[in-house]
Amino acid sequence: MIDVIDLRKNYGNLEVLKGITTTIKKGEKIVIIGPSGSGKSTFLRCLNCMEDPTSGSIIFEGVNIADMKVDINVHRRHMGMVFQQFNLFNNKTVIDNIMLAPVHIGIQDLRSQKFRNFLTRIKNIFSSNKQPLIEINTSKAKIKEEARQNALRLLKRIGLEDKANVYPSTLSGGQKQRIAIIRALAMNPKVILFDEPTSALDPEMVGEVLDLIRQLADEGMTMVIVTHEMGFAREVATRVLFMDEGRIIEENTPEEIFTNPQNPRTKEFLSKVL
Amino acid sequence: MGSFGKKIEKFWEIFYEHDGYVKVLTGLENTLYIAIVGLAIGIVIGTLIAVVKVIPKYKRITRILDGICTFYVGLFRGTPVVVQLLVAYYVVLPLLGIHMPALNVCVMVFGLNSGAYVSEIMRSGILSVDPGQMEAGRALGLSYRVTMMKIVVPQAIKNILPTLGNEFIALIKETSVVSFVGAADLYVAFNYIGSNSYEFMVPYLVMALIYIVLVAIAALLIRVMERSLRKSDRRN
Repeated sequence: MIDVIDLRKNYGNLEVLKGITTTIKKGEKIVIIGPSGSGKSTFLRCLNCMEDPTSGSIIFEGVNIADMKVDINVHRRHMGMVFQQFNLFNNKTVIDNIMLAPVHIGIQDLRSQKFRNFLTRIKNIFSSNKQPLIEINTSKAKIKEEARQNALRLLKRIGLEDKANVYPSTLSGGQKQRIAIIRALAMNPKVILFDEPTSALDPEMVGEVLDLIRQLADEGMTMVIVTHEMGFAREVATRVLFMDEGRIIEENTPEEIFTNPQNPRTKEFLSKVL
Repeated sequence: MGSFGKKIEKFWEIFYEHDGYVKVLTGLENTLYIAIVGLAIGIVIGTLIAVVKVIPKYKRITRILDGICTFYVGLFRGTPVVVQLLVAYYVVLPLLGIHMPALNVCVMVFGLNSGAYVSEIMRSGILSVDPGQMEAGRALGLSYRVTMMKIVVPQAIKNILPTLGNEFIALIKETSVVSFVGAADLYVAFNYIGSNSYEFMVPYLVMALIYIVLVAIAALLIRVMERSLRKSDRRN
């Protein structure tokens, strides 16, 4: 699903990623671990081009999205992202947070379809070879209503439907992060990227967020997770990548990595955190 | 005190019996018209400039736009508004061969002028919004423009509303120079009353009071607006 080929990222003279090559297959749950400053977050943020890679390519569904000419917005719709700091839109209510992107993109698509029909109609006036119009069986109101129903369904799933019309500032960290996750989910992404989803949470709220991520994993969602929660990594991951100094040092199944690490640096790191 | 009473009588005579109040009302209307429409134009121009200033400068076109905006802000912050009025009315428009009522020229100049100031206010407002908001919007597949307009700018406006209110108050007071190009504002009205009664003390005192009341009302409106915009904050 995602092929990363020789990905490099520099900030000025500082080399953060020094050539990363890996493949992420559909349904895999990849957990990236490593000491701080090892480039885990940068690697994750390069996957949906939140940071533009300096060189190398990221092939997502057959398209190299690291190419600056590609319309990255189209591809980001299929890659959800969850941030350490939640980043809910402060000026929108919870339900608007969830609905905003699906509604906007739905209406955008509707408009471009209508515009294409308009062009075809004009072309049809002048040519004998009549082109068929694109059938449009949706409307602004319909798109909004569908997005609202979907948002309510997702809110119900995490048991926060009573919070639909409040602003994010009134929520706890765990609630914010769960809403951020279903906001990503509302776009029906093919993969979700988690950037240390529990690092900014109070300890008693970590559980509820991890539970939700675990549920999504069980449903077969492809995900890439950067985390410091080793127990969680071991439980959820199908593959663990250990990164250090901008490279993938070791990758293996969680059992292998946690019980029988091969590389001395992996051993050293795990002995410190476990 | 007796002479002061007489002065008030004289003022009242011109104000009430010789239609002075009509002029005052017209002046008041013009003052508010220039300030409000001027600020509206200023906010539109200022927002555009501020966005140009914060856009990442990858492409040449954004660098060119940035240069134009810097020049514009330098020009309008570098000269007094009276000079801008005079230059616009007596130099630029005649050279272009355009005839325009003085009032419209004033609205235009005050709009352009406050655009330069609002752009700096707005820029600091945009920079004060957490960069994570932009990231979250982009990560959902929204474009830079859409995220800016739907997420970042509304939050920026909320942050800068007190400063923007200051700008509005400053505009109300600055409009007192529009008589330089012959537009009728409060000063013109009270000057008319003064010169017809040969008595300036009371008219100018009343004029000062009217400005104070205007500014007080403006401040109140801004407070009300701020409170309604702060709905999404916990501190309300």
